[in-house]
Amino acid sequence: MSLIRYQISELTAWRSFDRWSHLRDDLNTLFELPSWSNFGRQGQLFSGWSPALDLYQNNDNVIAVVELPGMRKEDIEISLHDGTLTIAGERKTESSNGEKAERSERYIGKFRRSITLPARVDANKVSATYRDGILTVTLPKAEEAKPKQIQVNAD
Amino acid sequence: MNTLVRENRDSELRQSEHFVAPVASIIEDGDGYMLQVEMPGVNKDGLEISVENNELTIIGRRSLPAVEGTLIHRESRRENYSRAFEIDPSIDADKINAKIDQGVMTLTLPQAEQVKPRKIKVS
Repeated sequence: MSLIRYQISELTAWRSFDRWSHLRDDLNTLFELPSWSNFGRQGQLFSGWSPALDLYQNNDNVIAVVELPGMRKEDIEISLHDGTLTIAGERKTESSNGEKAERSERYIGKFRRSITLPARVDANKVSATYRDGILTVTLPKAEEAKPKQIQVNAD
Repeated sequence: MNTLVRENRDSELRQSEHFVAPVASIIEDGDGYMLQVEMPGVNKDGLEISVENNELTIIGRRSLPAVEGTLIHRESRRENYSRAFEIDPSIDADKINAKIDQGVMTLTLPQAEQVKPRKIKVS
């Protein structure tokens, strides 16, 4: 007997703008449908978790802001390879015996997110903070990638 | 149908200000229910939880990190969060407890110690 009846929100976040995400969202929607009729959570197998990522840049830094609610900071992994920033990790449950999920929209498990950076950065100077479930990664630009003022000499 | 917690999609609040519905999970434990709601960017100060006429309303206002620079790629949404649930009268509204940690709010909704059967008088 189900004690909690649940409805999928009509405002499911549409988070990514690239076309692969659209495809993924469509697939998610497809796989989410059975759960309306208490079909379980098979959709999760296919959908995974692709945290929303924003990218900013200024003269000195490239800044990535990633929504990662409910992580432990030890479980977040940030790496840089060939101008691609990768943020990966695993969200774990703290569920114990005697608990059962009536309806679960939250994704539990591993995720991986990569993005090509718009400029070369100094890998040794990357720093990150994690606050209120938001990860902010600051990547200082490599010297040669910083905009330079070029003096025009006139005779 | 024994419905103890149910989403209320016609909440008035949702219509006056533009919100997005946060992702949520409901977990049953021995004594009641636990509601987990993901609201990245929301901390204790931005959280408003109210119960009125068995309607539980959650509002999470975000305080996003200020970033200096030009936005070049965006996937996040700027809207605040709101979602409403209908809770059964057997849930003891005075004992609802909330906490928020790294953008995930956890509400514990205990059932009343004794859920008394209601008598219905036939006139």
